Amino acid sequence: MDAVEIHRRLRERFGSAVSADLQAADWSTCAVEGQSIAAVCALLRDDPELGFDCLSNLSAVDCKKDDTIEVYYHLLSYRHRHQIVLRAATPRPDPILPTVTHLWPIADWLEREAFDLMGVRFTGHPDLRRILMPEDWVGHPLRKDFVEPDEYHGISTRRESLLKL
Amino acid sequence: MSTNAIDVDVLRETGAGLETEEMTLNMGPQHPSTHGVLRFVVKADGEVMRRAIPDIGYLHRSIEKIAEKVGYHGFMPYTDRVDYVSAMQCNQGWAMACEKLAGIEVPRRGEYCRVIACEFGRLASHLLSVGATGMDIGAVTPFTHAIREREYINDILEELCGARLTFNYMRIGGCAWDIPPGFVKRAFAYLDRFEPLIDEYNELISFNKIYVERLANVAPVSPQQAIAWNLVGPNLRGSGVRYDVRKDVPYSAYPEFEFDVPVGTGERGTLGDSYDRYMVRMREMKESCKILRQALAGLPAGPVVAKVARTFRPPAGHVYVRVEASRGDMGWFVVSDGTAFPARVHIRTGSFAAMAAIEEMSKGLMIADLVAVIATLDIVAPEVDR
Repeated sequence: MDAVEIHRRLRERFGSAVSADLQAADWSTCAVEGQSIAAVCALLRDDPELGFDCLSNLSAVDCKKDDTIEVYYHLLSYRHRHQIVLRAATPRPDPILPTVTHLWPIADWLEREAFDLMGVRFTGHPDLRRILMPEDWVGHPLRKDFVEPDEYHGISTRRESLLKL
Repeated sequence: MSTNAIDVDVLRETGAGLETEEMTLNMGPQHPSTHGVLRFVVKADGEVMRRAIPDIGYLHRSIEKIAEKVGYHGFMPYTDRVDYVSAMQCNQGWAMACEKLAGIEVPRRGEYCRVIACEFGRLASHLLSVGATGMDIGAVTPFTHAIREREYINDILEELCGARLTFNYMRIGGCAWDIPPGFVKRAFAYLDRFEPLIDEYNELISFNKIYVERLANVAPVSPQQAIAWNLVGPNLRGSGVRYDVRKDVPYSAYPEFEFDVPVGTGERGTLGDSYDRYMVRMREMKESCKILRQALAGLPAGPVVAKVARTFRPPAGHVYVRVEASRGDMGWFVVSDGTAFPARVHIRTGSFAAMAAIEEMSKGLMIADLVAVIATLDIVAPEVDR
């Protein structure tokens, strides 16, 4: 099934919550409203003709210009060998999206990574805590306005320039 | 003696004093068989694990954040560090993502050089994996055989690009250097030596009864589970799913070569067990040799790199490029905002998914089998954390 047909089916079911997004250079992308993302994913996985049995990737992107955080879902179907990208935007000061962990178990870690590095909170996630950074870390390092702290537990993150020694 | 017997009988009837407490064991971060710095918290009932919870992040070097600071060309050496056991395919993933963003075509000789570099890299990586699998479960000698061959392959790659581990060989638009004089002859000579050694290695260890007993029926993964957990590469194929990015989403020069995609069949136990994952790697080495022979024989003439502007500014957009790395389908998600620096880079690696699957896979396994699972999933810790 090609991306146009997948998009048509999503439009049929979800109306204006889904719109085609043609700025993509590679995979065809659908922009989806944040609140509908779990429902759209459930349809994509459970409809036998769509059959997206694999969440290949989930990435959060900080769009500081638009004051949003965009989360990209790269879906694959091993059964039908087709693919699609979903893009959900959520407000930057308080990014919240519904979880998809109940659909694909790999989403557990991918969502934890997006939470840890970009601060997106996924409602309904069973165990949303930091995964790569230490548990007591403050801030989300992949945000564009993240400032590295001067020290961590008394360990300085700065050092004198070699020329000043 | 008689009193003891009575005591035991009483205990048997009441069950008092016989229940065992759940133990919490710490494994790692500096454990010799975890292939890098990673840690497990094991909840065990005697020798049997209730679950093993992976704790990652010890090798997090924020490679994705660095990409936003150093620009497109400057990021190439960093990609070597994503998976330093087989860095060539990381080079290729990054180069392909940039080329797709900017619409650059790689010269045909450049593609062939990439295939040759990547397949030698795959041989080197699989050798380390199968050698370390033996060592982790107690067979030390085969590891020395595997490392000996890996050193020869490192010699070949050194001849190609001057480095033995972090190659920095590819560039956006092709490769940094052409194939040196005499390389093709020496590469063929090495393949003639190496191919019979795969059979020797199989006879030495793969069909050894103790070895088979340690791996067969350990942590089987069904095809449905493998797909849902997003296992990729040899781990996915070990579960019997015939999917290889080189075949199914053809890229580079791979469509021009003939090779098979070996899958697990449950030959010694259950489909998708540790032995299947191990054997898929052994068989893939033969397929890599096949590809190498075809690529070396059919090497086209011409340049190896296309002309690319020094300040590389791809148009705004986003790409998700997948390459078949040694640890499977490696996804490179790159967002460009039209400037000389990428807005976001995300690398979805095979080891990340494999680590995520361990918590489910480990339920009910013996503690000693955990290292067999880590080894046959071929987890490389820096690739998990990036």
